[in-house]
Amino acid sequence: MRAALTHLGAAVTAGVWRLGYAARFFGYLLAHSGTAFRRFGLTVREIYFAGVLSLIIILVSGLFVGMVLGLQGYDTLQRYGSSEALGVLVALSLVRELGPVVAGLLFASRAGSAITAEIGLMKATEQLSAMEMMAVDPVARVVAPRFWGGVISMPLLAALFSAMGIFGGYLVGVVLIGVDEGAFWSQMQAAVDVREDILNGVIKSVVFGFAVSLIAVFEGFDATPTAEGVSRATTRTVVTSSLAILALDFVLTALMFTGGN
Amino acid sequence: MLHGIDLDIPRGKVVAVMGQSGCGKTTLLRIIAAALLPTRGRARVLGQVTGDLDRDALYALRRRMGMLYQFGALFTDMTVFDNVAFQMREHTNLPEDAIRDLVLLKLEAVGLRGAAPLMPAELSGGMARRVALARAIALDPELILYDEPFTGLDPIALGVIARLVRQLNDALGATAVIVTHDVAETLPLVDYVYFMADGRVVAQGTPAEVRRSGVPFVEQFVSGATDGPVPFHYPAQGYGADLGLAASA
Repeated sequence: MRAALTHLGAAVTAGVWRLGYAARFFGYLLAHSGTAFRRFGLTVREIYFAGVLSLIIILVSGLFVGMVLGLQGYDTLQRYGSSEALGVLVALSLVRELGPVVAGLLFASRAGSAITAEIGLMKATEQLSAMEMMAVDPVARVVAPRFWGGVISMPLLAALFSAMGIFGGYLVGVVLIGVDEGAFWSQMQAAVDVREDILNGVIKSVVFGFAVSLIAVFEGFDATPTAEGVSRATTRTVVTSSLAILALDFVLTALMFTGGN
Repeated sequence: MLHGIDLDIPRGKVVAVMGQSGCGKTTLLRIIAAALLPTRGRARVLGQVTGDLDRDALYALRRRMGMLYQFGALFTDMTVFDNVAFQMREHTNLPEDAIRDLVLLKLEAVGLRGAAPLMPAELSGGMARRVALARAIALDPELILYDEPFTGLDPIALGVIARLVRQLNDALGATAVIVTHDVAETLPLVDYVYFMADGRVVAQGTPAEVRRSGVPFVEQFVSGATDGPVPFHYPAQGYGADLGLAASA
């Protein structure tokens, strides 16, 4: 019993310590982000690696999610004679929830893990130490551009995911099943509110972008500099990011969509 | 880790710090590089006490140093050219034409001008070490630190690196500290040697002096004898006891 309590106490202490270390790291990262903006080419390069190279998985996933929404939505709506509302259902589902959340999960798996592995391997092969020895701050030169590249990429990817999903819903609902095209688009246009729905969705994706990018760069920078350490850090990035996205989504949804609606 | 270290490295000399793995020589190198601070005592490097420096002063000091890592530590996402140009682009306002000329000059010095467009993954171990050497001397440092520069190299590459270390040091008028356990290549190369064991300096002198020092550890280390002050066997109870023969013996 005493051993179990000791173990629990040590685990909690280590967790709190690590959280504090991550917070300090975040503060240091923000304070040394100047290079990422002064030499924006460095950040653009990371937007390419985190964002552009994630496009295929985001677009294809968005298309399939939208097509599934179209099928499921039509099946439910036609029971109540409201199949014309399919566009609204698809658009609101994607813009409010599925776009930011699924794009965030995919971004964490595809780009977050790659960022962690890259920084972790740079640490394991002493590239970060070498940079430090050359009087170049690795947080400013390596970590900050990757962090901001991720933050900028995430909302754009979420928007593309939602757009592709709506197109998928259109393909299934209008082209395949035969829902009226005018009703599909006009009801969507009338029901989707820019501030209530789109802006809140964008805010969610920005928050997820911050969370995933921070977790990815922190785990890479803090990785044990061995093959096993980098592997563990990469896994932690995907697991922690996914849980963070789902938890943050609940909190943000509670703040945004309850009470007012 | 280190105890009672009192080390003077004169300007312009090539000095080796030798000893077996785990004796504290890499820790000493990290203290000289100001990557670690001594818990007691102080390290004065290029005229500055490292413990007194803030971040900007530390970075200013490091701009006067170069360091060659054990396996090169080249930036794997950059070409050989960009690796050597890295510090020039980060710390100077030189135009790209001038940087190009300087990088080619450094690469020519290590015999790898033709490898400028290659990526680090395309280089052999010896070539990577030479590129890392070119990068270490990119800004003509006053102090060059070498962390196990000969590890894992074939005899030809090892000879090339050893010759380059001496030639480049003499050409630049720099001071070099080499941390290594490679006796055969290092002793002919250096001006002075410190031998370390268990975190202490156990012998020092010119290569000729340490060869005839008579210190048992140094003699074992230089001759590569398998047994001596550093025993072949890790401490353990009797072999017979381990085999369960002690009672019957």
